[in-house]
Amino acid sequence: MGTSEYAIECASISKSYGKVKALQELSFSVKKGEIFGFIGPDGAGKTTLFRILTTLLLPDTGTALVDGLDVVKDYKALRRILGYMPGRFSLYQDLTVEENLQFFAGIFQADIRENYYLIRDIYEQIAPFAKRKAGKLSGGMKQKLALSCALIHKPVVLVLDEPTTGVDAVSRREFWEMLIRLKNDGITIVVATPYMDEATLCDRVALIQHGRILATDTPQAITNAFPWQLFEVKSTDTLNMINLLKQHPEVHNADMFGETVHVSVKPGRISADDLFSYLQEHGHLQSEIIQGNPGIEDCFIDLMRMTNE
Amino acid sequence: MRIIFYIVQKEFLQVFRNRMMLPIIFVIPVFQLLILSYAVTFEIKRINLYVVDNDNTVSSRSLIQHFASSPFYHIVGHGSDNQAGMEFIQKGKAHQMISLLPGFEKALNSGHPARVQVINDAINGSAASLMSAYTVSIISNFNKEIITSFNPDAGAAAKVQWSFWFNPELDYKTYMVPGILVLLVTIIGMFLAGMNVVREKEIGTIEQINVTPIKKYQFIAGKLIPFWIIALFELAVGLIFARLVFSIPILGNIFLIFLIASVYLLVVMGIGLFLSTVTNTQQQSMFLAWFVLVIFILMSGLFTPVESMPQWARNLNVVNPIAYFIAMIRMVMLKGSGFQHISRELGILLLYGTAILSLAVWRYRKTT
Repeated sequence: MGTSEYAIECASISKSYGKVKALQELSFSVKKGEIFGFIGPDGAGKTTLFRILTTLLLPDTGTALVDGLDVVKDYKALRRILGYMPGRFSLYQDLTVEENLQFFAGIFQADIRENYYLIRDIYEQIAPFAKRKAGKLSGGMKQKLALSCALIHKPVVLVLDEPTTGVDAVSRREFWEMLIRLKNDGITIVVATPYMDEATLCDRVALIQHGRILATDTPQAITNAFPWQLFEVKSTDTLNMINLLKQHPEVHNADMFGETVHVSVKPGRISADDLFSYLQEHGHLQSEIIQGNPGIEDCFIDLMRMTNE
Repeated sequence: MRIIFYIVQKEFLQVFRNRMMLPIIFVIPVFQLLILSYAVTFEIKRINLYVVDNDNTVSSRSLIQHFASSPFYHIVGHGSDNQAGMEFIQKGKAHQMISLLPGFEKALNSGHPARVQVINDAINGSAASLMSAYTVSIISNFNKEIITSFNPDAGAAAKVQWSFWFNPELDYKTYMVPGILVLLVTIIGMFLAGMNVVREKEIGTIEQINVTPIKKYQFIAGKLIPFWIIALFELAVGLIFARLVFSIPILGNIFLIFLIASVYLLVVMGIGLFLSTVTNTQQQSMFLAWFVLVIFILMSGLFTPVESMPQWARNLNVVNPIAYFIAMIRMVMLKGSGFQHISRELGILLLYGTAILSLAVWRYRKTT
């Protein structure tokens, strides 16, 4: 339908719930045929944004076009070409897998056989349970069914709100493999996730916090733009070490990442050996330091601090 | 149209799959009809009577004999002390006390009025007035006998011959059962349809429905039609029961009854759906629906005649769909009224239904 190269164009979208500003002047564009991820913690405004994009919520200000259609004015036409998977499982738990799919195909007046190629890979995994009630499926199966139902009318844009939250690691990986296949079928996908590791699977990501976008780019570009040099430090006494590191004049910050501590320093000023001897001088004899590459999470935390300061 | 069909199909699947729903729809109404029709009655079949006879003459015993021989009266105590009788009434052992003073017979024989004191337990007002009506009629029979015994010509007074049309035996069930049928249809219409929409809100499925191209009227129609069919089915079951178990006459056209019910259902379902659009949980919607329903039922004329309500209450009944439906169904079932007799009420209901459904569709929001 739309002729622009963008599947979604948002310009200064704001939305408040009373005094709480859920979205503040949000602007971004999603290119056709890409997987665009919104990465951010709970309460960042992801769901509010998605509900605006899917015509369920009216923005206070700003405009949003999805495939060239205005989310407020052209909502009727838009609902035909959108696929939406809400964060909360919203299919009929008392209907079977099959009945859910038939119902959604029915109300979109879509032909299941005609569009089956889109969902084949996904649906075949749940087809053995076709007669089972949706409420009795496991978390991963539910997500697959929800995705099938969101796809059966061959949407142009697919909006997925935290599709992998509460799903086991194997199912999560399978789910992302499917998304990449769908992308190859030409469907634009917008996905929200609180998992930083899923960010690298997106073509481009937007880091979102307190209703504001902190950065938008490819995952590679975002990590490349990390302004600090990163070291990964391991020690037996992590908590003390973090405090010690923070006192070092060249150290920008030190954060715990599982078992290791990520230390960001002003680039090119000190080496791993310098840090090692600094720690030794202060009694941390058994530490281990290597040069690290920043991940999306490092960037996110750094950007978050910058905006808060 | 096809979209509405898919929603209706889905609703039926869900209704028949719900373990609680089937008994609610099919068993409870039958019980309700059986229990209410037999139990809810204003007739008084047994009046416990305490007699205080301080005259102890042929005349006083004759009057008491009149009560004793009535099938409705049961003499629970005799005495010569009003206080003892009051005790019986206090304890609820007697409903009524009759007290005759010394000189009862003497007064009658000398042509003076003889006094009879009747004390009723009026905890239940309508029962007490029925009771005293029975008592008065027994005493007036007694009077007539006395008068004719003194003067045989006096019996030639005007004699009233009662006849009760449309319910010749004044059978309470004939009056109640059509009303209870109305109740059944109303509960299905108002509760189930409305609750169903709120349920989708409560469990979040509405979110997925709202992003589809379903139009508002399609959604409302899809929710309405299944329960409309179920309620009419229920009415059919109820009518069969009324005919076979209670032998209630159905004088009017049975199709007319269904036509009235169909129109009436539009109104109650419209109210239910409207309530569902202003609430967010089944609990809220249930509570609101109950509130509305209880007022409608008590004012409808199901239990008490509308004609004896104060004028303002009768004015309020203009918006009470149950009042229209009960009036119409009694007219058609018991009187055999035809379309021309009820067309005004039916027209009002149709307008009402259209208005409330439009309001429900308008109020239902796919966007927040």
